[in-house]
Amino acid sequence: MSVRDYLRERFFPHMWCPGCGHGTVLNALLRAVEKLGLDKSEIVMVSGIGCSARISGYVDFHTMHTIHGRALAFATGIKMSRPELSVLVPMGDGDALAIGGNHFLHAARRNIDLTAIIMNNRIYGMTGGQFSPLTGYGCFGTTAPYGSVDHSFDLVELSTSAGASFVARSTTYHVIELAGIIEKAIAHRGFSVVEVMSQCPTNFGRRNQAGSAVEMLETYRKQTVPLDSEAAQTSPEKIRRGVFVEKKRPEYTEAYEEMIRSATGES
Amino acid sequence: MPKNKPKVKEHRIERDWCKGCGICVHFCPKNVLDLDNEKKVMAARPEDCICCRLCQFRCPDLAIEVVCED
Ligand SMILES: Cc1ncc(C[n+]2csc(CCOP(=O)(O)OP(=O)(O)O)c2C)c(N)n1
Ligand code: SF4
Ligand code: SF4
Ligand code: SF4
Repeated sequence: MSVRDYLRERFFPHMWCPGCGHGTVLNALLRAVEKLGLDKSEIVMVSGIGCSARISGYVDFHTMHTIHGRALAFATGIKMSRPELSVLVPMGDGDALAIGGNHFLHAARRNIDLTAIIMNNRIYGMTGGQFSPLTGYGCFGTTAPYGSVDHSFDLVELSTSAGASFVARSTTYHVIELAGIIEKAIAHRGFSVVEVMSQCPTNFGRRNQAGSAVEMLETYRKQTVPLDSEAAQTSPEKIRRGVFVEKKRPEYTEAYEEMIRSATGES
Repeated sequence: MPKNKPKVKEHRIERDWCKGCGICVHFCPKNVLDLDNEKKVMAARPEDCICCRLCQFRCPDLAIEVVCED
C-alpha cells in the first residue's frame, strides 16, 4: 500500500500554514503505519482541538475529532471496548499538557495501550499564539508579551515518572528517525509517548525571532543530539533525542480482562 | 556485484498542494530542487538526484514524491 492510500486526498491541500511541522508529522506517521502493514480498519485516530488535532481529518483510518484536552479520555473508552485496535492520539502541547494534563498523567499511570504523539510547537497555534506549558521561560506569546515567566515541563521526564512504558523524542528535521520511532511506539504494548518538536513558524517563530520554517529546522538540527551520542555527554545543554524508555509493564486493558475473568470465576 | 546507484525516474509534484515553504529545496543534499516563479517546487537538476527521498519525507504538504528505478 502506498502512503497516499492512507490519505483523504479530497481535503488537500491541507489547512496548515506553509512550513508547518504538523504536516511533516503526518508524513512520518503515514510511513510508520505503512511499514507496520496496518490495515486502515485496524487503526483509530482520536484527536482533540488545535492545529495539531486537525491531523485526524486527513487520514483515512477510523477517526474521531473530539474536544480540547480530552482526546485521551475518548481514546481510553475506545481501547477499553475494542482492545484489538491500534489507537493513535496526536495532540498539541496545549491540548496534551495544559487543559489535558490530567488525562495525560493518568493514561500514563495506567499504562493503557495508546500511542500519544505530542506535536510540540511550544505555543497555542490555532488560537493565535498564547503560551503553553512547553513555551519556556523568557519566550514570547500573545499572553506573554514581555516573555513568559513559566518554566516548561520536560515531557520525557514527566511521562517517564508518570509511568509511560515507551517514551521518545524526535523532531521534524530528523524524519527518518521520527518515522522509525513512531513505528516502534505503535508496535509497543502499553502507553507510548512520542514528543515531536514541530515548528510553528506563524505563531511561535515570528514572535520569538526563530525565523522561517527552514531556519527553525536548522535549529532542531543544531540544538538536538542523539541521547546515546558522545555529543550528548559533551554538550549537556542540547536537547536529547531518541528512545528514552522502552519497558514491559502490565497493560491496562489486559489487566482489566484478567480481573473480569477472575471475578467471574473463569480462568 | 556492486549495487548500482539508485536512479531517479521522476519527481512527481502535486503543484496544488505545494505551499512553497522551501524546506525540500534547502535541505536537498544535491541541490536538485528550486522554487519556480509561482513559488512552487520544481526539479531543476534532476540528473543530480541520489534518490535519498529526504525531500519527500520532510515535505509538510506531501507534495513531492521521488520515483526511482529499483
Ligand atoms: C474547552 C476549550 N477551551 C479552549 C479552547 C480554545 N482552543 C482551541 S485550540 C487551543 C490550543 C491549541 O494549542 P495546542 O493544543 O498546543 O495545538 P496547536 O494549535 O499549537 O497545534 C485552545 C486553547 C477550546 N477549543 N476548547
Ligand atoms: S498556526 Fe502554527 S501550528 Fe497552526 S497551522 Fe500555522 S504554523 Fe501550523
Ligand atoms: S517542502 Fe513541500 S510544500 Fe515545501 S516547497 Fe517543497 S514541495 Fe513545496
Ligand atoms: S531525493 Fe534527495 S537528492 Fe533527490 S531531490 Fe529529493 S532530497 Fe534531493
